Amino acid sequence: MLLFFLLPIATLAITSLESGDFISGFDFTWNFGNYSRGFNLYSEQYLHAVEYGGSATIVALLVAYPAAYWIAFHAGPRKSSYLLAVLLPFFVSFVIRTLAWETILSDNGVLFGPLKSLNLLPNDFRVLATPVAVTGGLAYTFFPFMLLPVYASLEKIDRGLVEAAQDLFASKFEVFRRVIFPLSVPGVFAGVLLTGIPAVADYVNQDLLGGVGTTMVGRVIETQFEVNINYPLAAALAFVFMLGLLATLIIYQRIFGTEQIMGG
Amino acid sequence: MSTDKEVPYYMDPSFLRGLTQKRITRRTALQGAGAVSMAAFMAACGIGSKPATVAHTNWVWDKATKAGVLDFANWPLYIDTGTDSKGKTTYPSLEQFTKETGIKVNYSEPILDNNTYFAKAAPELLLGKSIGYDIIVVTNGIYLSNYMEQNWLTELDPSKLGNFNQNAAPRLLARGFDPGNKFTIPWQSGFTGIGYNPKLTGRDITSFNDLFDPKFAGKVGMFSETQDLGNLTLRGIGIKPETSTPSDWQKAADKLKAQRAAGIVRKYYDQSYIDALSKGDTWLSMAWSGDIFQTNLSAGNEDLKFVIPSEGGIIWTDNMTIPVGAAHPLDAITYMNWVYQPRVAATMAESIEYITPVPSAQQFIQQDAAAAKKADQPLLQQLAQSPLIFPSAETLANTSYYRVLANKDETNKWLDLFTSVVL
Repeated sequence: MLLFFLLPIATLAITSLESGDFISGFDFTWNFGNYSRGFNLYSEQYLHAVEYGGSATIVALLVAYPAAYWIAFHAGPRKSSYLLAVLLPFFVSFVIRTLAWETILSDNGVLFGPLKSLNLLPNDFRVLATPVAVTGGLAYTFFPFMLLPVYASLEKIDRGLVEAAQDLFASKFEVFRRVIFPLSVPGVFAGVLLTGIPAVADYVNQDLLGGVGTTMVGRVIETQFEVNINYPLAAALAFVFMLGLLATLIIYQRIFGTEQIMGG
Repeated sequence: MSTDKEVPYYMDPSFLRGLTQKRITRRTALQGAGAVSMAAFMAACGIGSKPATVAHTNWVWDKATKAGVLDFANWPLYIDTGTDSKGKTTYPSLEQFTKETGIKVNYSEPILDNNTYFAKAAPELLLGKSIGYDIIVVTNGIYLSNYMEQNWLTELDPSKLGNFNQNAAPRLLARGFDPGNKFTIPWQSGFTGIGYNPKLTGRDITSFNDLFDPKFAGKVGMFSETQDLGNLTLRGIGIKPETSTPSDWQKAADKLKAQRAAGIVRKYYDQSYIDALSKGDTWLSMAWSGDIFQTNLSAGNEDLKFVIPSEGGIIWTDNMTIPVGAAHPLDAITYMNWVYQPRVAATMAESIEYITPVPSAQQFIQQDAAAAKKADQPLLQQLAQSPLIFPSAETLANTSYYRVLANKDETNKWLDLFTSVVL
């Protein structure tokens, strides 16, 4: 814990208060300016992270829950085959898959090219380089992290409970609302965490699928670290991001949390 | 050369690396930053204070002897190659060099971009150790100036560079980041200008302002690399980057922000711009000369065009340098001089397709074209005539090197201004 968690955090915090440059070296000077500068320059990108990461999580949940439900309750003996079929694409590196989307969604690519030549879409229609592409890409990238925990919690539900509800004349909807869904909440909770956190921090999807004004803070941090070699500013941006994430998690856990997940 | 051309771009090692990181190649090189601290550098060399008694930096030539070995670190796909009977890659020009001079070349391609290579080399150099190479190729810009500021390069002995002095393009002898070529000898150069597809734009592109035409809204690609972006824009609004001031940079950034706010820019691209341009996602885009040439070649058509805007373009150069502590400096400088023979430069240019530093190589490519098999003739003729490989004097005069950023404040100012445009 000390070695793998506290030490890196402390290093990050110290770096974020340094000033100087790569060549003459960085010095620790309690330079809180990094924080105000970072936040002034890039507050919009923080908002984008929340916006795209959040909506991607919701999209992933809306798609993954029915899929997991169907596999858990209606797929019969071929459950594992269906599960495998859903997960198979994810054995390929996600960057390759995102690049594939970039090609598919190209303005005159395999998808939109024919539609445009049939005049079903206006000529200047595009998905690539828009927030929609970024959100969709994020939802797609982290889909398994939503599906698997939801599936696991649905699968665990004692079928006897469902039958009991039916014996007591609950309608299908009532069974779902009062028995199945409440019992699957731990899975949803975990799925939202596992999808939301990496989605908010992602910097690849926006790079490949995004365009002007779709930059999320992850990419800003990457640019400051790797390209501009401004370690203090990057560290300050990352630190603010982490604190924000932590605060969100605590609130999230207070509101929706279950004892099983957070251990109390 | 044929093997290189048939390698699809996505097999290019620099591209493969780009899958896991921001795509960077030798052409994007400077990645954003830029700080040739010319004042510090010149002071270190003693220039400016007492020109008469110039102190040498890392002068090794009094004791250097021929070792018969040369360790050469270059970028991938950046030299002429062939294939031997066993299917192994060979380097014809290097073999020729060994035959003529008896110096064996250990050629490797470990440099994928300037910043990561600098980060790899710096710790060794800081300890005063050799990095194991006698020549490394570095692009002009922040990392080259970092090596210079730290005195990590060996000063070259002009008396050993006869071919260079005789055959180098004059443009390469007057470069703000290394006046007099004390530390660097150009390997190849390229232009930053505008690439476009005339079928889609419906007209020829000539001006920087074409990138701002509302008619092309959503179909314009700009670079995310801030040195190219800022410097080309400065030229575009009629300011010479070399002598520009921070208030000029502000004007350039404002111009770019207006372009962004008007929805004209589709995206700020890294190396992937060429993909977007060839797919038609962008109709016109900031571009590097060599890419357009290679894309047309590999597609077997002339769909894309490259133009240096009438307002002026940007030129950049990848440079051979001898890192301090190199074990075989004399062999290194022998090679650096050797490649400045027009015949050798021609062989390389036929493979590399960037601006060769030796203009007189043109006649040898023409000879090669005349002597070549029918199938190879068009390409060689095209090469010999290409203004992107043998630019005219006027073209060269209409290009600038990057603004030299003289100190930390300037660098930060530049980065803040232009990074906030692209993010």
